[in-house]
Amino acid sequence: MSAQAHATLDLATLLPGFADPTQDSQTCFRAIMNATAQPGTVARLRSAPIPPAGINKAAGAAILTLADQDTKLWLDQGLRTGEREGWIRFHTGAPFTSVHSEAAFALVADLAAMPDLGAFNQGDAKYPDLATTVIIMVPSLTSGTPVTLKGPGIQTKAQIAPEGLGSQFWEQRADLVAHFQFGIDLLICADDQLVSIPRTTRVSF
Amino acid sequence: MTQSQTEKFVEPSSSVSGDRKAWISVLSKAKSDDVIGLWERAAFPDLLNMAQVLRPPEIGMVMVRGRAGGAGSAFNLGEMTVTRCAIRLEGGETGIGYVTGRNKQHAKIAAVVDAMMQSPAHAQLAKEKIVTPLETAAANRSALISRKAKATQVEFFTMVRDRKG
Repeated sequence: MSAQAHATLDLATLLPGFADPTQDSQTCFRAIMNATAQPGTVARLRSAPIPPAGINKAAGAAILTLADQDTKLWLDQGLRTGEREGWIRFHTGAPFTSVHSEAAFALVADLAAMPDLGAFNQGDAKYPDLATTVIIMVPSLTSGTPVTLKGPGIQTKAQIAPEGLGSQFWEQRADLVAHFQFGIDLLICADDQLVSIPRTTRVSF
Repeated sequence: MTQSQTEKFVEPSSSVSGDRKAWISVLSKAKSDDVIGLWERAAFPDLLNMAQVLRPPEIGMVMVRGRAGGAGSAFNLGEMTVTRCAIRLEGGETGIGYVTGRNKQHAKIAAVVDAMMQSPAHAQLAKEKIVTPLETAAANRSALISRKAKATQVEFFTMVRDRKG
């Protein structure tokens, strides 16, 4: 059981979540679902609340929409500070984990220190859906090195250029794609925009 | 259960003063009609709409747990409906309301009053117009229940018989 102490929840600086939790989280859910059905399409999460510094709008809205008390969250070391951790804890009630393979969702801010994608839960043969969904925050979806996406949900090909994700990252991911049905689904977020790259998508770089 | 490093979500109790616990408890257990009635009669500035809403009122359930005899092993007594809300006043005081039942207005007023009680500018009025009357009402209700119970109390006593004869 838990041996780690955690920071106290500081209500005095806590930021609000969705203005209308029911409607707004459903709007976001639909946007994320459609983005996943059509990898490479940029979804705008307009109902996203203003998150604490260090988390971007799209990633914050995705966490608030998807996480709840039954999904374990893994947060990047830099995000495990009072304000950010408290915001997620208060609005989702999700338990945190420091074990990559236990996480249902992982939130990554520091791209340089990002753990190997293979460390996260790849799902199991009976329940491939148990794999970790990794939410990655990048500065921009258009100013990095372009990569081409192909696969289910994409008519011919799609292109995105997330800043900060180098060829090393894409190679790592390509290794995992070879093990389909196991694999990691990615949500790449910049500002209030989100691109989904599920495990079925083939990326050339 | 397997060994796991999952951290449970626990709100620290150390940050809540004894006084605050007491008034949150009073607001939480009060009857919704009483709370709303007192709030309207108090005619405070429109803090309900001016407050920043951190968590809009939402209805949910909590599992009430008990211990047999107060010291036995814990068991689930049953679920009860709870409405909760969190707001912040302009002064920065954050109030939370957890109330029994499904009345969202009650939950919001409870949160606003909790914040007012922490604010030097509002505490006096909030105590006088809302918290104290609710405390009195709660004490009266509990006294009435005790009185009714007392009236039907049965005294058992043992007759000592003289067995000499």
